[in-house]
Amino acid sequence: MGIAIYVLAFAVLLVGLYAVIAKKNLIKVILGVAILDYALNLLLVLVGYRTGGTAPILSRGESPAALAATAVDPLPQALVLTSIVIGLGITALLVAMALRLHEKYGTFDVEAMRKLRG
Amino acid sequence: METLVPLMVAVPLGVGFAIVAIAHIRGVSRLVGACCVAGVLACLVMALVLLGGGTVHVYVGGWGPQRTLGIGMVCDGLAKLMLVTINLVALASVVFATAYMRRFTRVWLFYALFSLMTAAMNGVVLAGDLFNLFVFLEVAAIASYALVAFGCEAEELEAAFKYAVLGTVGSAFVLMGVAVLYALTGQLNMAKVAALLPKVGLSGPGVLLGAGALMAGLALKAAMVPFHAWLPDAHPSAPAPISAMLSGVLIKASGVYALARVVFNVLGGGSHYATILIVLGGVSMLVGVLLAVGQWDFKRLLAYHSISQMGYVLLALGVGAQVAGAGGDAGIASLCVFGGLYHLFNHATFKSLLFLSSGSIEQQTGTRQLKELGGLARRMPVTSFGCRVGALSIAGVPPFNGFFSKLIIIVAVALAGRPVLAALAALVALVTLLSFVKVQRYALEGEPVAMAAGAREAPVAMGSALVVLAIVCLLSGVAMVPLWHYLFEPAGAALLGGVGKVLSVTGVSP
Repeated sequence: MGIAIYVLAFAVLLVGLYAVIAKKNLIKVILGVAILDYALNLLLVLVGYRTGGTAPILSRGESPAALAATAVDPLPQALVLTSIVIGLGITALLVAMALRLHEKYGTFDVEAMRKLRG
Repeated sequence: METLVPLMVAVPLGVGFAIVAIAHIRGVSRLVGACCVAGVLACLVMALVLLGGGTVHVYVGGWGPQRTLGIGMVCDGLAKLMLVTINLVALASVVFATAYMRRFTRVWLFYALFSLMTAAMNGVVLAGDLFNLFVFLEVAAIASYALVAFGCEAEELEAAFKYAVLGTVGSAFVLMGVAVLYALTGQLNMAKVAALLPKVGLSGPGVLLGAGALMAGLALKAAMVPFHAWLPDAHPSAPAPISAMLSGVLIKASGVYALARVVFNVLGGGSHYATILIVLGGVSMLVGVLLAVGQWDFKRLLAYHSISQMGYVLLALGVGAQVAGAGGDAGIASLCVFGGLYHLFNHATFKSLLFLSSGSIEQQTGTRQLKELGGLARRMPVTSFGCRVGALSIAGVPPFNGFFSKLIIIVAVALAGRPVLAALAALVALVTLLSFVKVQRYALEGEPVAMAAGAREAPVAMGSALVVLAIVCLLSGVAMVPLWHYLFEPAGAALLGGVGKVLSVTGVSP
């Protein structure tokens, strides 16, 4: 554990960025965006993680202070849920636009779409 | 006052969903446009009412200021300025849209997304915690991706796809910055993060990583060079009222405003951040205008000018932060910030005016290529009037508002001991003027070319939106002093007060 898992999150982030920048196929670009999202969700969960920590659920009779001393931080988990929902919305929109582009051009290849110039 | 702040988000959000329902009820489905206009009008009225009150803090769901968690909303001077700007431009755009959008099918989708975008932008400027800021940024962004693609033509879809992918990368960096700052401080509330960051060490590697990620993401949203590639495609591809909203307010609310808020009120406005703002602003100002000069597509030309004009705002804010951070003359620092914020407001008015008049021209002639236009001054007097006022304002001709804000920026930057930057700003103003002389020469003057020969004046709703914005352009230039007193001084104070100001008004103890 330790630092290595953060390095992994960063590596996943770079894989996503690479796909977004370098891939010429719309579907692969969308996959890149999804991988980028996952890397950040992983980072968010890691921010609240505690090695050997328990689930942050307050059982009957347990004092909140005792729970806070042993449980993982629940706030990033709430944030991750929001972030996943946002990611889902964006992925759905991107897929819808990619399908419409496929109807127009008959391909997912970015090279074939040249109506716009930089 | 306290109830109005959440309503700024809730009303347009509710209207957005109501529009979807209304559109499916037989008999009343024609009312979707009126419904959207009413929602935005209500927001503008509420924003003006809020302007009269003091700073308001709302903790949604009854989470008090002493708790770590909860969604905080802050309505301070800067937020009020942004609210007035956003809802003013939104009102003009939606009134324009009631006539402009008739040629599209399923316009209820347009109005629903428009309301959603307005709600989200109001949410962005009222957000008091970092994650809430991110969520509203995303809602505004998703609505705008869909609106750019609204026409569903190949180039619109292409532009929207590019915009959506780059926008998502920007958001990912914003989220990364938020996560890093949370990891360092254990807080999300902006005031509390700001109070705890010095204890962590403001120049530690963690803070720099978080700040860098946040600033890169927000600069991408603000389309600052070198993160600007999406803007010249996305802004012209949208329907004209949406172009006006995107260039007029979206890049400000989710780009420049968020950047300024984070740099000044969360990160404490250190000199290295100020330098980044100055470099981003200066480069964008110059590159944007140089790219704009060669354009023959009217809307694309306007989009490049947006990059350039936003550069002015960031430059002025950056110089202001630097002067304030170095303990320099407080008067000069506040003059710089005033110039930046004043230009932000002015740009919202004249750029939306220009985009709306370009939409009016495009609808009546079927083209937006300047070479195919001509002689519109006689054929379309109201549109030409709007276009002229907008062009004179952006080009910095007195007595219109763009002249005053550029003058203040140039003078303030020069007073701050940066004569080279002031000269650069003056040079860019000159090139902007040349670029708009070209627009006047080709679109409005001369003999009508084939495409423009049959053009007639646009419908009343479109014309009235143009006239109202043109009057605002003139009035906000002439009435600079009272506006400064009521609108911009509190806004500038909210920024320059920095961390201490936020803490004293939120009443939180970290």
